[in-house]
Amino acid sequence: MTATAITYPHTPGFYTGDRPEIVTSRFKYDDSYTLSRYLATDGYEGLKAALAKPAPAVHDEVKNATVLGRGGAGFPAGTKWGLTPPGVFPRYLVVNGDESEPGTYKDRLLMERDPHQLIEGCLIACYAAGLSQCFLYIRGEMALAQERVATALNEAYGAGYIGNNILGSNFSVDIVLHWGAGAYVVGEETALIESLEGNRGMPRLKPPFFPAAIGLYGKPTIVNNVETLANLPWLLRNGAGEYTKIGTETSPGTRMVAISGHVNRPGVFEIINGTTTFRDLIYGDEFCQGIRNGNELKAFVPGGGSAPWFVPDQLDLPFEGRLVGAAGSMLGSGAIMVMDSTTDIPAAALTLCRFYAHESCGKCAPCREGGTWLMRILERVVAGHGTSRDLDQLYSVGETICPGDFPHASSERLGLKAVPFPYKMTTICFVGPSAYAPVHSALTLFRDEFEARIVKRTFIPVSAIPVSAGVGE
Amino acid sequence: MEIIGRYPRSRSATIPLLHLAQQQDGYVTDEAITHIGELVGSTSAEVLGTATFYEMFKFEPVGKYLINICGTMSCALMGGDDLMHHAEHTLGIKAGGTTADGLFTLEHAECQAACTEAPTLQVNYRYRFRVTNEMFDALLEDLRAGNLDGEIPPHGTVARVRQRIPADKAVGAVAPEDVTGAPVWMPVPQPAQGRPS
Repeated sequence: MTATAITYPHTPGFYTGDRPEIVTSRFKYDDSYTLSRYLATDGYEGLKAALAKPAPAVHDEVKNATVLGRGGAGFPAGTKWGLTPPGVFPRYLVVNGDESEPGTYKDRLLMERDPHQLIEGCLIACYAAGLSQCFLYIRGEMALAQERVATALNEAYGAGYIGNNILGSNFSVDIVLHWGAGAYVVGEETALIESLEGNRGMPRLKPPFFPAAIGLYGKPTIVNNVETLANLPWLLRNGAGEYTKIGTETSPGTRMVAISGHVNRPGVFEIINGTTTFRDLIYGDEFCQGIRNGNELKAFVPGGGSAPWFVPDQLDLPFEGRLVGAAGSMLGSGAIMVMDSTTDIPAAALTLCRFYAHESCGKCAPCREGGTWLMRILERVVAGHGTSRDLDQLYSVGETICPGDFPHASSERLGLKAVPFPYKMTTICFVGPSAYAPVHSALTLFRDEFEARIVKRTFIPVSAIPVSAGVGE
Repeated sequence: MEIIGRYPRSRSATIPLLHLAQQQDGYVTDEAITHIGELVGSTSAEVLGTATFYEMFKFEPVGKYLINICGTMSCALMGGDDLMHHAEHTLGIKAGGTTADGLFTLEHAECQAACTEAPTLQVNYRYRFRVTNEMFDALLEDLRAGNLDGEIPPHGTVARVRQRIPADKAVGAVAPEDVTGAPVWMPVPQPAQGRPS
C-alpha cells in the first residue's frame, strides 16, 4: 500500500488513496454533484444496464453480490428485498438518510458530493424489487445535503431519469424528497416510517421484524441506507463478479469509515471491506497516522456510539462484521472514535450515555427510565458525589434494559474473556441498549477509574466519635 | 397544495408543512398548527403532538441565528465543552437562551455528523468545522455585520432549493387502495389465486 493520500479542499475530512473507489469515485471533482459531471463519469449507465435486463435478474445480481446493509445491522440488501410477501402491492422504498449515530458521517458526504449516484441507486432498487414510489428521507439538520439532493432530483426529472417511462422504458417511479426535523430514533426503520406518515417518530412494535412485510401505509416497504443504495450503480455497471472480488467473501465491496477523536488525521475513508485492521486504520500512514501528540491509545469505539468499546488488545482485528461481533462489539455504521491516554473515561462514557438518554423516544420504559437513570448515576459519579454502591447500581439498571451477559471485549490486563454479540433486550429498538453499551464497556474495562472517583465513606458509629477531645480522659 | 399531493396520505406532509410554517414565521405558531391540521386532515392536537417530538421545531420566537454547538462524543473529546463555555460567556446567555437583541439563540446539539472535524457547530444548520474560540468570535462579528447573508438565511429556512416535480413527468402518489397488481415492468409471477389481497 502506498502512503499517499489525497485530500480535496471541497470535502474537508475526506481522504482518498490507492484503494478501490466504488462510492467515492467522483469526490475528486468540485462539481461532482452536478448532472453534467455525473453523466461524464458513467452516470446513469448502471440504470441503463439494469433496464436492459428483466427486473428479477437485477435482483439476483444484487443478491449474488451480497451487498451488506451499511446502516448498522449489516443485513444483505438483496435478501431484504426478497422478504416482501409475494403478490402484495404496492411496495415502497424509503431511503434512510437520517444519519445521526455519534461518530458517523458518510451518508451526508454521499448526499452532498454525489446525489445523482444515490438517485440512480434508488431507481435500480425500485426497478429490481418492483417498488412503486420512493421516499428519500434526509435528516432535517443537513441543509446542504437537502439542497444538493433537491437540485439533483430536479435535474434528473428534467432529463427523464425519474418519473414516467424512464429512458423510454415501461418503468415509472417518482422519488419524493422528504426531510426530517431532528430526532435520532427516526434512524430506526419503523420509526422512520412512522415519521414519514406524519407521526411522532417512535419505533413500531415487533413482529413483524421487517417493514418489508408491513411498512409504510401498511404495505410492504424496503428501507435502505444511503450508502447501500450508492453501491448499486457501480455494481450494475461492473457486475457482481467484479464486486465480490473486492473485500472478503462474507463482506464484499468497500465501506466508508469515519475515524474521529484523538488521532493525528481524523478523516473519512473508503476502505476495502473485511481486510483492513483497526491498527491499519488508526496508525496507518494512509489513514489516521497515529495518536495525537504521540500519546498511547486507551480505548476506541469500533462502530458508532452504540457499539461496546475496544481496547488496544483488539487492534489487530480486521474491520469485518462477524469477527468484530465474536470479539464482543459491532461495526454498526462504520464510525471509529479514538480515545488517547489523556481521556477521562467516565466522562466520555457519560457524553454517550447522555446522548441516548436524551434521544430516547419514551415508548419503552426500560429505555426511557433506565437510560435516564444510567445518566443520572453516572453524572454524580463523574461529579465526585458517587457512592460505592453506584457502580453496581449501573450494572443493575443496565440489566433491566439488557438482561443477561452484555457483550464486551477481552482484556489481557484484566484477565477478561470476550462476551460475543448480540445481547438480549427488553426494548423495541436499539436506543436503550445503546445507552448501556458505553457505560458497561467503560465500567467493565476501566473500573479503576470509576472507583477513583468515589469518595470512600467509612462507617463510624456515632458513639465512637469523640464529642470533644479530652473529655473522659 | 402540491406537497400534499406527492404523498399517498396527506398526513405524511405534516413535517414538510411544519418546516414551511417555520420558514414563514421563524417559529411554529398556533395558527399554523391549526391550519396544517385542516390541510392534512388531522386535529391540531395531532399536529402539535408530531411537532413537539422533533427538535428543530420551535414554538416561540428564537434568534435570527440559531447556533447549535455539538457536545457528543467526538466533539466532547476535542473540546466541544470549552467552546460551549466560551460561547455562553461571549453571548452572555446560557445554552437555550436568546440574546436581548434577538439576534442569537444558543443551543447544545447532539451529533451533527461531522465528527472528524470536531468541534463543530451549525448556524441555522450551516456547518462550521474545527471551531476555535477566535473563529467563534469572528463568526459572531460576520453574522452581526451581515457578511454571511448570502450563505446563511434567517432561522426557519433550512434548504433554499425545493424539489419541483414537473406535471408532465410525475407519476403521482401511489396509494395502497389504487393498486392491485404488480407494477407493469415486473414480469407476471405465479398467479395469486386464493391469496387474500
